[in-house]
Formats: sequence, C-alpha cells, structure tokens
Amino acid sequence: MSLDDYFHDETYFGDFTYRNSPQAIKRFPFPFPEDDYMYSVNMEPHVPGRKGSVFEHAFDVDEHYVAQMRDRARVLAEDPLRCQSLPHMTLAGWDLLELIMESFARDYPQWFELHKDGNRWHWINRPLGIDDKFTFLDESTLPYGPMEYITRQAQGDFTLQDQRNDNLWIEAGMVTTQADWSVDFDIGMNFHEWHAPVPLAREMGVFDRALKFLLQLQHGAPVRRFNWTMTVDPLLDTSPENYHKWGPSKTTMTRETIGRRQHLRVELQTLFRLPRSNAIAFPIRCYMISFQDLVTQPKWARRLHRVIRDLPEELATYKGFLRNRPLMVEYLSQFDDGKPTSPGWWPEDE
Amino acid sequence: MQTQFDTTMRSRPRYGVLEPRPGLAHLIVADGEGGEAVLALFAQAPELLETARVIYMPGANGTDMTAELEAVKPAQFSRVPSYAAGRQRIVKVLGDAHMGLQVYVTGTEGLMGQVQRDAMEAGLPHDAVQTEHRGSLVRRVQCVHCKGITEHVRTDPFQCGHCGLNLFVRDHYSRRLAAFQGVCVDAEDPGEVPPAVERFK
Repeated sequence: MSLDDYFHDETYFGDFTYRNSPQAIKRFPFPFPEDDYMYSVNMEPHVPGRKGSVFEHAFDVDEHYVAQMRDRARVLAEDPLRCQSLPHMTLAGWDLLELIMESFARDYPQWFELHKDGNRWHWINRPLGIDDKFTFLDESTLPYGPMEYITRQAQGDFTLQDQRNDNLWIEAGMVTTQADWSVDFDIGMNFHEWHAPVPLAREMGVFDRALKFLLQLQHGAPVRRFNWTMTVDPLLDTSPENYHKWGPSKTTMTRETIGRRQHLRVELQTLFRLPRSNAIAFPIRCYMISFQDLVTQPKWARRLHRVIRDLPEELATYKGFLRNRPLMVEYLSQFDDGKPTSPGWWPEDE
Repeated sequence: MQTQFDTTMRSRPRYGVLEPRPGLAHLIVADGEGGEAVLALFAQAPELLETARVIYMPGANGTDMTAELEAVKPAQFSRVPSYAAGRQRIVKVLGDAHMGLQVYVTGTEGLMGQVQRDAMEAGLPHDAVQTEHRGSLVRRVQCVHCKGITEHVRTDPFQCGHCGLNLFVRDHYSRRLAAFQGVCVDAEDPGEVPPAVERFK
C-alpha cells in the first residue's frame, strides 16, 4: 500500500471531509469503562497495549497523520501564538524531540528513520516528505525551535511542564487541537492555576492527588489517562481564540444531522518524564468519532447513552454541550435496549 | 480597610497586609485607596521614610491621596497618572535593585499584578513582592480573541475595548499577563448578550 492510500486526504475545517475507516472505528479509544462517569485521577502505566490498538506504541501514528499535520500548519499560519516556549524550556524541547524521533523510528520504520553519528542526526519523515540533517542540542541547525520542529510532525497537542517548588509549571506548548483552553493565556501557570476553571474536581481532591502523583513520575515509566468532551463537526481547533467563529455551529444541529455532525472527542493524555531537563512532557492526543459511526458498536452505543443522560449538569455545562444534551440523549436512546454492558471499553469483549 | 473577597478562586493570587521588613531600599507602589495602606505602613515603621521611594497613581474611581502621602515626606515621591505612564520608572528601580530591595504594592488587583509581573521579569521571585488589596475590585481583563487588555472592568459582561466583542469574565487569572480572561458571551447565539451586571465594584 502506498503512502497516499493509507493516509487520508481530508479536512478538519470548512468542508469537514474527515472520516474514520472501519478499522479506525474498531480501534477508537472509547473512554468509558462503566455506564457512568465522574472525574477521577484514573492514571495507569502507559505500557504497550493490544496490537492494533491506539496503545500499541508510545505514540500512535494513524491514517489521519498527514491531514492533521496540514491542519496544524494552517492554524499556526493564522495564529503563531499557539506555539510558545519560555526561554528556559529549550532543553525540554530537545528531550521531546529525541523521545518522538526515537519512538517513531522504532515503531514505524516503514515511515520514519533516525540515524545518529554522535550529535549529528539525520531524520527522515516519509509521509511528510522531510529529510533533515541537524546537530542535536544546536538550535541553529533546525528551521524551528526543537519543540516546534518535532510537534509539527506529531499528532496531538503537547505541553512541557517544568518542575520546581513542588509544583509543575506549564512553560511550553504546541496547542492547535485543544478542547477550549488557551496556551497563550495559561503559559507560566502552575498546576492548580491552569486547572482553576474546571468545576467539582478540586473539591474532590483530584488535583492535589494528581499533582502528588506526577511529581514522582519516573523517567522510563510513562502514564496515561483519558479525557473527553463533545464537538459539533470534526473541528480539531476548538480554541477559545476562535470560539466566536465556531460557537454558532452548536445551534444548527438537528435530528437529521446529529448522527453525522456530533462527534465524541476523546483525549488520550500521556505523561513522560524527560531525562535531561527533568521536565514532564504531556502529549494530548485527540480522537474524534461521529455518533453514527460510534453506534455501530452496540456496547458503546448503550453506554454512551447512559453516560450522557446521567452526567451532572455542571459537567455538561463545562464540557459545553448542555444545550444539545436532549438531542443527543434522544438520538442515542434508539440504540440502547437496556441490556447490561460488560466492564471495560473494548467493543469486542461483550 | 482591607478588601474582603467573597469567594476563593484557585488561580487568583492571595493578598496579605503590608508589613515593614528590614532592607536597604524600599519601593512602594500604590493606586487609589492603596494610599491608606502606605500611610499605615509608615505609621508602623517611620524609619522606612528615610529610604522609601513611593510611586503613586490616583484610582480609576477618582480617589487621589497625593496630598496625604506627600505630607509624610518619603525620601522620594512620584505621582504618575497611570501604571502605563509610571511603568518605566518602576522597571528602572527593579532593574537597578541590589540585594535587600523590599517591594510593597497596594491598591487594585490590576496594579499589584502588573508590579508582580514586572518584578518577576526583572528576576525577583514573585513572593519577594508584598501585596495588600485596597479599594476597588475592578478587573484587568485580556480578551482571549484579540488579546487586547481592557483596564478597570466593572461589569460582566463588558465590551472589549479593542475588538468590540461582548465578553464574560472568567474566574481565571494569569500572573504573567496580570489579567483575567474574557471570553465571547454570545458566541453561540450572536447578538444575545445578557444585561451587564456590576460585579466588580
């Protein structure tokens, strides 16, 4: 299969031609192991998972890779503030570049190659047509800073957290596929500050526990968790910066179009301790699936109906879909026959 | 009297009460009713007057305590019309600072945030600056859409002074920008703007 056959030519903006293949639907990271949902720290070791799943490798490169990198370039051209790195974070950027290049070259040798001769590195990225020679740790040999260079070639958002004073400080980030938060506003904040707008979780002690856990994160022992929200049309860039442009789309969904337009948006969040800088890399990988594709898996359809129907109102408001919840519940209820669901999120386990 | 805050907000800084600390030099910045906290500081430790550099600006609400402050005769006193106008002087003092500079800021949140930001940029740790909130609770707000900052915001929602969008004020504060976040209030239903309520007096 040639590169052009595997990687979709599709858009996340304007005409929204994004589609999941039948294989991508089967491997979608459905985030609900039970029929109800509440915040939890829910972190588990990020170890290789089932073959073919999004957990198979440290970083998942899928059929949407090329199109998502094009969408990132489009967003950055419009708003360069989506990628920022405070001056002391450059070393962490190199750490991230090394982590991604080594992982890609190891896990996808058909697409990526990394050759090292001391600090002289040669990087080949076939899907994007990149072939660059540069000196590791020498910024002047790359067209961008190290974080920007590598995250223009890796799906998902990335932030880098410095660790000091028993806290984590978000001090670099590439953020173009975000669920309504602004890296330009949040950069420089500590862990509690950047989570300030999240309802309920602080009272539950979620952030204190999560921070305590992350401060102990070890190099070589990454962890992962899920987060999720809802997006109308497969718009990757649901930024607050452009909210006044995409906000109206929420009001135009109907019974006839909800199956096609409403998407469950899942973030696979992973956390890696970086070796030189002692910073933490936080890749936030976004997956989207339309309701009509999701309900082809009977277990997911039943469960999503129950989760959305029973979600506390504060959470539906915070996640920005309170307005459309009745429409979603009505649509999903057609696919819920009331039968019990098996534990865990894999579709084939029932 | 010290301002009472009705709610605690996670990303909002906590403010204290100015207390004299030993130091070789003392930079004191205040706006509006912050002048009262400066007088209270000097009453507690009159020896500070000998080395104090006071930079004062009237409040957005018109409160002007220039005469009272000048009357106690600090070593140096400057009255400036606004933070933007006085910023160069403040940044110079911070940049010239040697070990032992004490920084005190009192008045509105926007003033304290900007001095803390400039002190951090000058290399002082953010807790090296003592703060005491006095007077108005008006907010300094950054529009997340156009990035313009509107000073002295009293109502929620309000209209961005730069791009004209109607913004609600999120309880989310950035020390780096010294500003709260403003987000379009009628993004989903353009034109449906709720009536402005005076939330920040």
